[in-house]
Parts: sequence; C-alpha cells; structure tokens
Amino acid sequence: MPARAIILTGFGINCDNETQRALERAGAEARRVHLNDIAADPAMLDGYHILAIPGGFSFGDHVASGKILANRLRGKLGGPILKFVADRKLVIGICNGFQVMVKMGILPLFEGEFKQEVTLAWNDTCRFENRWIKLRKAPDTKCVWLKGMDTLEVPVRHGEGKFIVKDDAVMERLRANGQIALRYVKPDGSPANGEFPFNPNGAADDIAGICDPSGRIFGLMPHPEAFQDPTNHPNWTRMENMPAEGMGLQVFRNAVAYVQEELL
Amino acid sequence: MPVNRIEVAMKGGRPDPAGVALCARLHEDLGVQVAEAWVIDVYTLLGGFTAEELEKVRADLFTDPIIQDSAVNKSMAAGYDCVIEVGFLPGVTDNVGRSAREGVQDTLGRTLAADEVMFKSTLYALRGVSKETAERIARKALANELIEQYVVKTAEEMATLDGQPLLALPIVTQRSEVAVHEINLEVDDDALLALSRDMMLALDLTEMKTVQAHYRDPKTQAERARRGLPVNPTDIEIEVIAQTWSEHCKHKIFSAVIDYTDENGETREIDGLFKSYVKATTEAVSKRVDWLVSVFEDNAGIIKFDENHNFALKAETHNSPSALDPYGGAMTGIVGVNRDVLGAGLGCQCIFNTDVFCFASPFYEGEIPARLLHPRRVLRGVHSGVRDGGNQSGIPDINGAIVFHERFLGKPLVFCGTGGLIPTTTAGRPSHEKAALPGDLIVMTGGRIGKDGIHGATFSSEELHEGSPATAVQIGDPITQKKMADFLLEARDLGLFTCITDDGAGGLSSSVGEMARASGGAEIHLDKAPLKYAGLAPWEIFLSEAQERMTLSVTPDKIDAFMDLARRREVEATVLGSFNDSGRLECWFEGKLAGSLDMNFLHEGLPRMRLQAKLNPSAPVSEIAVESEDITADLKGVLASLNVCSKESFVRMYDHEVLGQSVLKQFQGVANDGPGDAGVIRPVAGSKRGIAVSCGIAPKYADLDAYSMMACAIDEAVRNLIAVGARPGMIAGLDNFCWPDPVQSEKTPDGAHKLAQLVRACEALYDLCVAYDIPLISGKDSMKNDYKIGDTKISIPPTVLFTAAAVIEDVTRVATMDAKRAGDYVYIVGETSDELGGSEYAALRGLSGGTAPQVSPLGARAIYERLHKAITGGLVASCHDCSDGGLGVALAESAFAGGLGMDVDLADIGVESAVSALFSESQSRFVVTVNSGNILAFEAVLTGSPIQRVGIVTAEPVLRIECPGGVHVEAPIAELKAVWKAPLAW
Repeated sequence: MPARAIILTGFGINCDNETQRALERAGAEARRVHLNDIAADPAMLDGYHILAIPGGFSFGDHVASGKILANRLRGKLGGPILKFVADRKLVIGICNGFQVMVKMGILPLFEGEFKQEVTLAWNDTCRFENRWIKLRKAPDTKCVWLKGMDTLEVPVRHGEGKFIVKDDAVMERLRANGQIALRYVKPDGSPANGEFPFNPNGAADDIAGICDPSGRIFGLMPHPEAFQDPTNHPNWTRMENMPAEGMGLQVFRNAVAYVQEELL
Repeated sequence: MPVNRIEVAMKGGRPDPAGVALCARLHEDLGVQVAEAWVIDVYTLLGGFTAEELEKVRADLFTDPIIQDSAVNKSMAAGYDCVIEVGFLPGVTDNVGRSAREGVQDTLGRTLAADEVMFKSTLYALRGVSKETAERIARKALANELIEQYVVKTAEEMATLDGQPLLALPIVTQRSEVAVHEINLEVDDDALLALSRDMMLALDLTEMKTVQAHYRDPKTQAERARRGLPVNPTDIEIEVIAQTWSEHCKHKIFSAVIDYTDENGETREIDGLFKSYVKATTEAVSKRVDWLVSVFEDNAGIIKFDENHNFALKAETHNSPSALDPYGGAMTGIVGVNRDVLGAGLGCQCIFNTDVFCFASPFYEGEIPARLLHPRRVLRGVHSGVRDGGNQSGIPDINGAIVFHERFLGKPLVFCGTGGLIPTTTAGRPSHEKAALPGDLIVMTGGRIGKDGIHGATFSSEELHEGSPATAVQIGDPITQKKMADFLLEARDLGLFTCITDDGAGGLSSSVGEMARASGGAEIHLDKAPLKYAGLAPWEIFLSEAQERMTLSVTPDKIDAFMDLARRREVEATVLGSFNDSGRLECWFEGKLAGSLDMNFLHEGLPRMRLQAKLNPSAPVSEIAVESEDITADLKGVLASLNVCSKESFVRMYDHEVLGQSVLKQFQGVANDGPGDAGVIRPVAGSKRGIAVSCGIAPKYADLDAYSMMACAIDEAVRNLIAVGARPGMIAGLDNFCWPDPVQSEKTPDGAHKLAQLVRACEALYDLCVAYDIPLISGKDSMKNDYKIGDTKISIPPTVLFTAAAVIEDVTRVATMDAKRAGDYVYIVGETSDELGGSEYAALRGLSGGTAPQVSPLGARAIYERLHKAITGGLVASCHDCSDGGLGVALAESAFAGGLGMDVDLADIGVESAVSALFSESQSRFVVTVNSGNILAFEAVLTGSPIQRVGIVTAEPVLRIECPGGVHVEAPIAELKAVWKAPLAW
C-alpha cells in the first residue's frame, strides 16, 4: 500500500499542483482536495498519512498572511487535524502554509493544542522577493522530513517570512526540543547571522523552518517543491555534473519513507 | 447601523518595517525627511456587533498577538505630529475589506447580514513633519484622489476627536435612476455629435448617422413596433452599439481602407491593414508551419505544444486606466489578460505572465501637466499592481522589460501578456472548439457588477482629456478571480459548459453579444444580475466592466451540476438568460423589454472608415560621427542609462517560479543577477519539452523610421529566443500596436503621417515575419495614446510590442547569457555597421539624426538557423543577444554575469570608429563564448554567416576591449556591474 497524501486547495492557495507532483514523484498517492470538500467530510482525513498545506496567497494575504485561512481551518477542521496529528501522521506547511500553521497554532505545538507562540512578520525589506537561498538543517533537529540531509538550495518567495518568537522562553524551548529545523546560511555554509540576502527576511536566529516536538509536523518558508528538476536551479547551466533530480524532492521522499516505515 | 473601528499597530518597541520603508520612499520620491513613521491598519466595521464580538475579532482575527497591539474605537497612534488616513472612495473595490468580512464571519461563527460590511483604511502617523508637508505627502505619495479619500490631522486635532472615524464611510449613495430612456436621434448633425460626446459614445458623425438611418428604416420601425419599443433607440441600445463599434472592440483603423502616399509621392489603396498585413502574414506562414490550432478567432491565439496539449498566448494593454490609477489600472491589466487565456478554447490554465512597461524618466524634473502623475509614481504604482495581480493569482512572471522615453509622460504603456496550457481534449471534446447553441443558458460567474469601468471601451478609444471618467478605473481582485479560475478548470474537466469568454471591455454586452453570434441571438434579464450595490440603470449593468467575471453557456441538463459545484467552491454564478436563434440581442428588465438589437446590424452595420495616409519625406540623414573623449566612461554611461540598466529590484518582487516549471529565469550567472534573454519553462511534468518567451520593443527608432522600429522589435524578440536555443520555424508572434491618434483632424494635424508610419510598421511586420516564418497568432491595437488638455499635447512615439514564443524540444539543451569559464573564446556573431541613430549612446550624448538600424532578414535567418544548431549541439558555453547599448553592453553583461573578465579586440569588427564598434545598435548580433575544445565545430556550423573570434574570457575580472583607432576600454567588471545596477536599485 502506498503512502497517501492529501493536498489542501482553494481560496488562493497556488502551489498545490507542484506540491502534489513532488509527493507523487516521492512515491505517494497524492490528491488535491478543496477545503470545503474536506470540511463537508472530515472523516476523509482518516484515509491519508500526509497533509500538505501548500504555498499561495490564501485570501490575498489580507489582514495578515495566512490569518484568515488559519481561522477557517481551525474552525472547520481543528478537531480532525488534531486527531490526524495524534495518529502520528505527517503535516507540512510551505510558505503560506507555514504562515497558516503558526497562526492557527499547530506549530510549534508545545502542549498538543492550538496556541500561537511564534509568527512570520513582514520581511525587514518590507517587500515580497523571489530569490534562491541556501539552508542548513539544524544539527539536533527532530524533523523527520529532513532525515539524512545537510544543506539545501531552494527559492524563497514571500513578503512575510520573518520568523519571530513571543519571548526568549519560546526560543529556549524550541532549541531544547530540537524543534528548529532549518536555518538560512551563506553560500559557503556558514551562518547567515541575519545578513541580507542570505537571511532574506531578518528571521530570528536565521530560522527558516521549525517542527513540532515529534518532528512530524513541519513548516518552512522556502519552497522545496520548487526544486524537483535540476533545471529549476538558477545556475544549472553552470554545473559540470547535473544531479539526477532537484534537491527539494528529498524532503518529500523522507516523508514517504517515514510513512512506509512507521505507519504502514 | 453602528460603526466601530479597530486599529492595529506594531507593539511598542518593535520596529515597524512598513514605517521605515515609507520614510525611505518619501525621501526618495519627494525629498521629504520624516523623522519617524508608523503604519497602522484600520478596519471599520459597519454592523450590529456586541462589545464581546468586537473584542473577539480584534483579538482573534485582526491582531497578531506576537507582534501587534490593537484597540477598538481608540487610536493606536502615539508620539506623532501629524496623521494621514487614507481609505477608498465609495464603490472602489476594497479587497482587504471583503476578505476581512469573511474572516469576521469565520471568527464569530455567524453569517453577516448583507449590509454588515468592513472597510479597510490606513493611518500613517508621522513625526517631524508640519501639517503642510503632511498634506503634500498625502496628495503626492499616499492617496490617489480618483479612487481614495484622505484626511490630515495634527496631534492636537486628534486629541479632540477621541477615536472618532476620520473618513466618511465609503458607501455608494449616488443612485442612477433605474429606468430605461429613449434617445432622440431625430436631431441635426451638430446635435448628433454633441450626443456622442455627452454620452461618451466615441462615435463620429458618419457612425451616428448610420445609427440614425437604421432607426429610420421602415423595417426596423416595424420590428420595434411589434415588440412595443419606441421608434427611437433606448439608452441601452445606443450604449451597446457604441461599445460594440468602439475602436477598442472593432479595430476600425486597422480595418479601414487607406489611401496611402509614400515618401516619393506614389499612391496606392490598402484594403485594410489587418487583412493586408497581419492576417496575410499568418496565411503565408501557415503553409510552412503545422502547429497552428486557432488564430485570431478566440480570446487568445492557440498553437500545438505536444501531442496532448495546446498552448495559448495573448498580450493586452491597459494604458489609459494606468495613467489615471497606476496601481489599479495595471493590476486590472494583468488579471484581465489572465481571463483572456482562461477564456481561450474551453479554458486554459494560465502558466506564465509577461509584462512590458513604457514610462517617462522617473527622474523627470519638469512640469507635470494637469491630471497626469509623476512618472516615478506611475512606475511604482504600475509595478505594484502587476506584482500583486500576478503573485496573488499564482502565475509566474517570466519575461518583460521597462522602457523609457520622454513622450511616455503623456501616456504610460502597460503591456501584460499571459501564456496558458490546455489538454488537447477535455471531457471528450476538442478543447479549442466551443459554441453557445440555441437553448443554452447564459451564466455569469465571479464578481458582482458595480459602476466600475463603465465606458472603459469607449474611454480607451479616446485621448486622455479633462472629462476622462474616474469610473473607468477599476481595481482587480485576484483572489475572487483565482477562486473562479480554479472552479472553471474543474467544471471544464467535468464538461459542464459549452462555451466560455471573459467579461472585459464592454462587460456583459460584449461577452453575450459575441457568444450570441454562434447561436444567432440571445435574451438576457438584467434584473437578475448580482450587483455590488443598488442603483444601477439597466444599461449600466449591461456595460459595466466590473472585474473578475466570465460568461459561459451551459446546457439545461448540466446547469444543476454547474451551480452545485459553484456553490461548493464559493463562486457566485447566476443564470441571466438564454441563447437563441432569433437574430436579435434582447435585454429585459423587470419583465419589460428594454432593448432589442438586430445582431446583423450590431456586428456588421459599422461603416468602414476610409483614411488618408501620407508619409512625410524624411529629412536628409546626417550620420552621427562623433569621437569619444573617454570611451570607458562612455561605456559606463551607457550601462547606467535607464533603458540598459538593471531592473532587478523590480523584477525580484515578481514571483517568477510558482508552478515549479522554471528553466531559465530573468536573472542568470554566478551571482544570479545577469540579464537573461528569454524566459523558459517546462510546463508538463516528466517531459523535456518547453516553452521560451521573449519580447522586443524599440520606440526609440520610431521617429527616424517606423519600419525600422517594427523590424528591430521583431528581430530583438526573435534574437532573444534564438539566444536561448529556440529553432526558427517554431516561433509564434503577437503584435501589440500602441499608436498616437493616426486620424487626420483638427486636433491631429499630423494624422496622415502617423497613419503612414503605421503602414510602414505593418510592412515591416509582414516582411520580417514571413522571412522568419513567424505566424501572428493574436494581437491588439491601442490607437489613441495622446494627452491633450489645454494647449498641451503629448503623443507617444509609435510603439509595437512584439511578443515571441517558441516550443523548445529539449530544455536541457538551452543556453544562458553568462560567460562560463576562463579560457573560453569570445565570438561576435552578426555584422556591425554604423547605426547609431536612436541608440542609447546617441541619447547619452544628446545626439539626434543618424540611421536607425536596418534588419536584413535573409542573412539573419541563416544566422539563427546555424546558431540554433550550435546551441542545441552543445557547442556554445554562453550566448547573449546584443541589443540596447550595442556590443559594449553585451560584452560587459556577459562578462560580469559570469564573474569573469574578457580580453577582446574589436579593431576589425567592420566599422572605423570606436564609438560605432562599441555602441552601434546593428541588429541580428550575439556575443557567444565557446570552449576551446569546441571552436572548430562551432565555426564549422556557423560557416556562411558573419562571425568573428574576437578574444578570450579571462580569470582576471577586468573587461578590456581594443577598439578601432587605437582606443581602449579597461574596467574591472565589478565597477561595470555596479554602475549598471545603481540607477534603479530602489
């Protein structure tokens, strides 16, 4: 039986096609389903192992990015999503999906219930930008989506991606729990130390992505689903040896492998 | 109804990046120093909310608890000298307000009443400015009084207001009389013309008299009597005729018979420019290419992509609205052309956007004529509108340009293009065939109708004048459109509709009128149309250009499934009537017939214009012969010219890789900042087949020779495609003409010459496209790009945007423009002549005259065939198109993008002066670098075409160019890159 993934669509989500494709290429059976169709039949989530909240501009980023969709998801599907998580299943939120997750409080999920502890604020430059950046996995992270990986080059495409924590205690807790998953680094792999454009938004501690204490729920601002083919890389015509596939796919392969090992 | 106000600000102590960015912008744009600024979001809630409910939405919806503070009915501004609040005027699309309303419903868990609504406004709190300065900031930078209202208050004044609303509620209270009126056409000629002007019909006397004659015709009168209609037309009929016959919709100038006199005094008659040149091109080329699917018939041109998919392409302009409201006008432009592609065939998925803008210099320091905005503000607004429209729709922007010329002060040009993909068959039907049949229902989907955009079609068929209506301006709503697009593609795959088209210019009158041509008639019940607010006259409902709407035909057996899916996707869909074969377009309102038009008269009754074109003899050409005092400084000057310099800071703000199909991006090279020649995507997963898209535009040559302007635009677009590896014979083209009024009249005394320039441009279009085997698959013209108020008249230079696209067989074989390795050889492909007329160098030195570049299409075609072979054969390390600025610029860009130097000798390039060698803008040239192991093979493939091996790529990061006459360029590439990046690094 294959790993089964459900990809949320509707209301301005717009990276659903390539997220579906990435999960399919990683070996999952992936389906895009409109939020209203899931809300009409929340039990359908029981048939899936992976829930993806893709990037996009849900509700136009109006009021604040991800906020309106976060409230709607929590209101219509809060219970079923907590059950999904309790069933040890996997959730990923990318870009706008990550914004949705922190605002509905499913990340960092310290106590197993929805609570907003962190946010993604306007970039220091106060502008939306599309640029490729380099990421390094936090050495002690529990994130199962990053197993076996070290660095990763993918694009960021956001205006509101500056990771901010409520207070020092939250940051301490994220560190102690191994919940910091990915950091922005310089091209040589050394810490970005907040320096633009390596850290493209001014995120605290160069944080690009976090996970829950189990490592199964993962949110990140950059777009791994945008690097599936080697030709997605901005510098592929300068490479001596082109890799067989884009580095972003490994994130999805890890998830599918996890499902196969732990859930099937 | 109670009004409450929630203000949201950054928490005390947190930096406010929006405030910091505002200070920087005010300093840059207005030279105003603001000590500190805070940007506060204001939500005004109209409705019966309890105190608990207000507190709940404040805390759970409007405020981010980590970084924001907020309050109900209390201002969050503190420590300021002045505040400015900016909000919309009544009836203007308020996207944030609409989303906020959805958020409030979710948060409170109840459905709001129709009159419980939210409005968004913004409060700017400024420290260190006087009230006078704040007024200036509001007017010049923050509010556009056509669509927005603002107030300025000092801290003292605010203290007395105690949280009271500052702005009037933007509720539409102005109501048209909801009635149908007769229009008396039994008047003299002057009165007919006055009627055309007063009703904004934009019809001339011949056209008005044609309408008059139609209503005098006894047959018409008998038909009308039978239906109980008055002898005179109703307002709705006149309005529909005017918009159907508008220049915008009917392309009257391109259809006109033209008596053409060339510069030698020879005369001939041209049987329509569209027929004689545009269509003739495609007819000639269609015998030699086998991939055309649908041309000139649909909302976009459709060609074959692979065995299972077709590709659609369209570009549009949105110039007049962008002049009045740059942000809303441009956003409407991009989401509008998206709908053209969504409405092509049975509905294509939009897979990329392109955008090309033409402005006056943002550093313009002269007077700004009445009603115009400073070009800097136009640039910022247009860019933001296209950015938000494209990004929020989830469509990547993959190619474009920003062009500067002083005469675009009178009217900016905003070209937006979109490509789409569709399976060859959908729900078992060929996806490019569609038709509404008698009995099919008329269904409108998407947004609601307001007074926005009424008379847009006729407005854009006139010059910008004092009476240009503010209602012609609309603001796009990408999210409503995205929801609709998702829904329509789902409905398409289920086979739920039979025809689809977008509601663009002319609104429902145009979409229903066009679709009814297939069935042979339609009846529409305008009182069923969903409105944004009450008080629209029936004709306003029919003509409104309110955005985000599509019209479909649905068979009665599918209507329930269609409406059910729409409901589940939260997309508004309404049945408005049905198609029939009555031969008439009939409008009903509240059970009464409000208008009945003969379809044949409506679509075929427009008399063909006859126009005079006479080309002024060109002045004797004085060649530009000039010596440079410091050729290295001149190269830096040209690199820093507005048309050449980097546009990265603007383009980075476009999402250019959503959908995950990107192969070649706008920026290339070791630091991802070299200017790519064409965008390439790979739209079908698992396939190596791709699409390359590029553009060419050359208004700077138009005054010298309109033929050259067109030829150079085409050649540039084609060169850009060839540079990445496209194959001649696989290229499709789109022509978008933007002209100053070319009809001779009192207000346009040089109209005959401008029309002759149009003829010359069309001749070039035919000559080049036939030589290059480029079918024109779609196109558009915008013919009244003039500004006239009082004694000031500004006409744009005649401009054509040529968009080119090609299917690429294997995307892994494409080339980029950056030099790759030290030791590679540098070649110049193509011939260099003394062609400095209209060049960037001439502009830099303030030189006029000279010869515009000439294109030799046969030689160029041979170069393109051979270069294609060399690139796809893997013989080329880099290839860069040589265009604005000449060889100096192309060499510098290729070098600094690669992070490498070059040692180049142009002494024998074929011209005698260093200035011509470096800066002549001869066409059909490339800078190519080739690995030493490939040079023999490369030269063999290029045999027969002019190429020269001129030097070598060096590890030392310095560009050295030996020029004719012993002149020498030497500069570190970092310096060249810095001057190229600086001018527009905003």
